[in-house]
Amino acid sequence: MIKVSALRKTYGSVDALRGVDLHVKEGEFLTLFGPNGAGKTTLLKTLSTIIKPTSGKVYIDGLDAIEADHEVRRKIGVISHKTFLYGDLSALENLVFYARMYQLPNPEERARELIEEVGLGGRENHLVETFSRGMEQRLSIARALIHNPHIIYLDEPYSGLDQHASLMLGNLLKKLHTDTRTIIMTTHNIGHGLEISDRIVIQLAGKVVYEDQTANHTTKSFEKVYFEMVGGGK
Amino acid sequence: MTSYFGRVMHIGLKDLKVEIRSKERLYSMMVFSILVMVIFNFAFDPGAEYIREVAPGILWVALVFSATLGLNKTFASEKEQDCLQGLMLSPLDRSGIYFGKVLSNTFFSLIVAMLTLPFFAVFFNISLLQVFMPLTLVIVLATIGFIAVGTLFAAISVGVKRGEMILPILLFPIEVPVIIAAVKATSMILDGRMMVDYSMWLKILILFDIIFLMVSFVTFDYLVEE
Repeated sequence: MIKVSALRKTYGSVDALRGVDLHVKEGEFLTLFGPNGAGKTTLLKTLSTIIKPTSGKVYIDGLDAIEADHEVRRKIGVISHKTFLYGDLSALENLVFYARMYQLPNPEERARELIEEVGLGGRENHLVETFSRGMEQRLSIARALIHNPHIIYLDEPYSGLDQHASLMLGNLLKKLHTDTRTIIMTTHNIGHGLEISDRIVIQLAGKVVYEDQTANHTTKSFEKVYFEMVGGGK
Repeated sequence: MTSYFGRVMHIGLKDLKVEIRSKERLYSMMVFSILVMVIFNFAFDPGAEYIREVAPGILWVALVFSATLGLNKTFASEKEQDCLQGLMLSPLDRSGIYFGKVLSNTFFSLIVAMLTLPFFAVFFNISLLQVFMPLTLVIVLATIGFIAVGTLFAAISVGVKRGEMILPILLFPIEVPVIIAAVKATSMILDGRMMVDYSMWLKILILFDIIFLMVSFVTFDYLVEE
């Protein structure tokens, strides 16, 4: 369970987050929409303890994310449009390295298991720099799952993927969701967001301005709400 | 605590593995270091009387600037796919990332220093056999001090525009005590003086190492924070 209250983050004179309140239930898939500069990435970075908020509270499974950041990091996995992978290391070496950072008992066994799971079996000893963008992103999912977190943050995961790779990523994300994991995703793609999430949120200028259940919307109806909110004029 | 050091070691080993594959740092550091030796070899007469007075300075110009070249690239592989963020997401204290980087940077700089010494001996006609052990001690202590501060500033400069230019500007004023102590101690060692004569410079190096490793341990977390 994730509970965010009155969260603010200021960079100099810029307010990236202006009092965000959010409550995400266990097993829920929430998609965060918003234009560039709305503070979506800042919010995810704050939830994942990368950024310390200027004020406000973040509780992850009842743990204060600022006070108990090490424990919180063991519970979360982050998938971004950046892969956090080393191009000069093989797929296996990358995952084993991250497994060791989480002090897993059998790093290589866990790494091989995940490489199979994301459909990269047979490529484990290939350098990541030889991978296509889609393969890198699948390996990035394996990296994020290495310590079996039950909370996943996805920051624009579809960015730079072709249609086939997007489809494969979508299938992998659906698989993650059925594992009763709590997932928060940011995306600009309304279709992707509505397809897999339970709840949708619109963030604008550092504030949550709209929340609803995905079931209440079709792509068209949500597009109408979204563009009315952000002033897209559609 | 063991697991902390184990993970620090894995970060250092990962850097070593990446370097073996990419050969980005060691080659450029080594070429630079030898080039300095060659240029000064032409500038000064290797058989001249004064060569023992200027040789320590030449050695440290080569070692300090080649180490700076390596420091500039220390967070390059982390920056490419935001791997630093990947490391920061792990439950390792952020000081562990710093010490892992210090470990690999110190290792690379020492390798370059050890490979530079034979060139130094040949180009300036200085026998290092008798002084190898004390000279190695000075190189190790000075390298740790230089890298301790350098790694900290490399973490700052990686996130800013023209970071490669900013790093030496930030670094050298603070490194002055290390460079002076290293040059003075090396000079005395090459003159065949006893350890008691240059022990003060060794103490300065040790003190600098301890202070800056501790300061970096405390401050690294804040410096990598966005």
